[in-house]
Amino acid sequence: MLAQRVAQILQEVGDPEIPTVSIVDLGMVGAIQADGDRVLVELMPTFVGCSAQRIIQDQVTEKLREAFPTSTVAVRFELSQPWTSDRITKEGREALRKAGIAPPGASLDDVECPFCGHSSTVLQNLFGATSCRSLYYCSHCKNPFEAFKPL
Amino acid sequence: MERWTIEDVAQNPERRQLAAELLWQLADDDLLMGFRDQEWLGLAPHIEEDVAFGSIGQEEIGHAALYFGILERLGFGTADDLASLRSVSERRNSVLIEQPNGPGHYLESPRYEWAWTIVRHYLHDVWEMALLTALTGSVFEPLGDAAEKILREKRYHLAHQELWMRTMAGHDADSRVRLEDAWRRAQDWAGDLADLGPYSSALESAGLCPGVDSVVRHYHERVAEMARVLGLPEMRMQTRENGRRGEHTEALQQALDTLSEVYRLDPTANW
Repeated sequence: MLAQRVAQILQEVGDPEIPTVSIVDLGMVGAIQADGDRVLVELMPTFVGCSAQRIIQDQVTEKLREAFPTSTVAVRFELSQPWTSDRITKEGREALRKAGIAPPGASLDDVECPFCGHSSTVLQNLFGATSCRSLYYCSHCKNPFEAFKPL
Repeated sequence: MERWTIEDVAQNPERRQLAAELLWQLADDDLLMGFRDQEWLGLAPHIEEDVAFGSIGQEEIGHAALYFGILERLGFGTADDLASLRSVSERRNSVLIEQPNGPGHYLESPRYEWAWTIVRHYLHDVWEMALLTALTGSVFEPLGDAAEKILREKRYHLAHQELWMRTMAGHDADSRVRLEDAWRRAQDWAGDLADLGPYSSALESAGLCPGVDSVVRHYHERVAEMARVLGLPEMRMQTRENGRRGEHTEALQQALDTLSEVYRLDPTANW
């Protein structure tokens, strides 16, 4: 099916800030409509002010235009269904961990160290290098690390 | 429940004007708040706070961009033009938000005041969260969706300001005096913050903002509770100018001059 092919192509688009995690696994892809003439993809912003949105939108558009040269391609960010951190897939959570970023827990206190897996971690700063991340310290392996904010 | 789409509002002059009255306030508050936050870059009390305020400021500007984006879709002009080119009398932000972070200029001997910055931001966060909570039930669907989304982010801002308020209240005599001083000063600027302006009752009866009175009450209750917990005096909010009616102080013109300096060089440039 066409929509499945679109989803496969979107698997190759990573978050510019965390390139090893695809936007599909981050749960940012909403409705996909595709027929012979047009491909329409709705994306969901993780954080409204995230400056990576435009880059992601451009990358998705470019990839889809390459794959469907005769179709009209429309890619837009929508808020009708808000993105929440439980949309991140199992694969996405694993990929985040591999990138040294703890996947979001149920709350700010529910964070496992991505390096040693221990849960004796301390929130150091709610706000990290990007909107979606906080800074933590692992009291067990003594490493600082970043964690995805629950939203 | 009846829900209005962009088209439903764009094609009805009365709805369009009313929706805009509310959107200007939301957009202008967040734009100016984000601008004042960003003026702290490189100056915040410590490096992690610099990162935090950079993030919060970016999110405020992002929220403003979303509100301006809705105005763009309603046919008021491009979001960038709306943010950068509107005159002072067209702005609807609270005068509290436009006040500088302190004496001096961010490029030259800034003597910015952290306690004032935190108290002001705290009041802004409490107000916007109270308002957005009501707006999740707005008849205007894109505004309801925006409120739903932004609320989830704002609670982190509020948690951050509340942490600072508690820290300053209990750290030492100096931080306590600074907090109390900022709290007293804020009440002379905050009078127009929890005010939806001249169209307040029309916004309510149209269903654009359900329960205006309870939004205002909720805001005052939350601030009063914080005052009680920290042992601060009750805040009697007043203001000379009312930003919701387009009345502003000199500080706004100065802020807009800096904020839009590059954009005004060539508004047609493609960045």
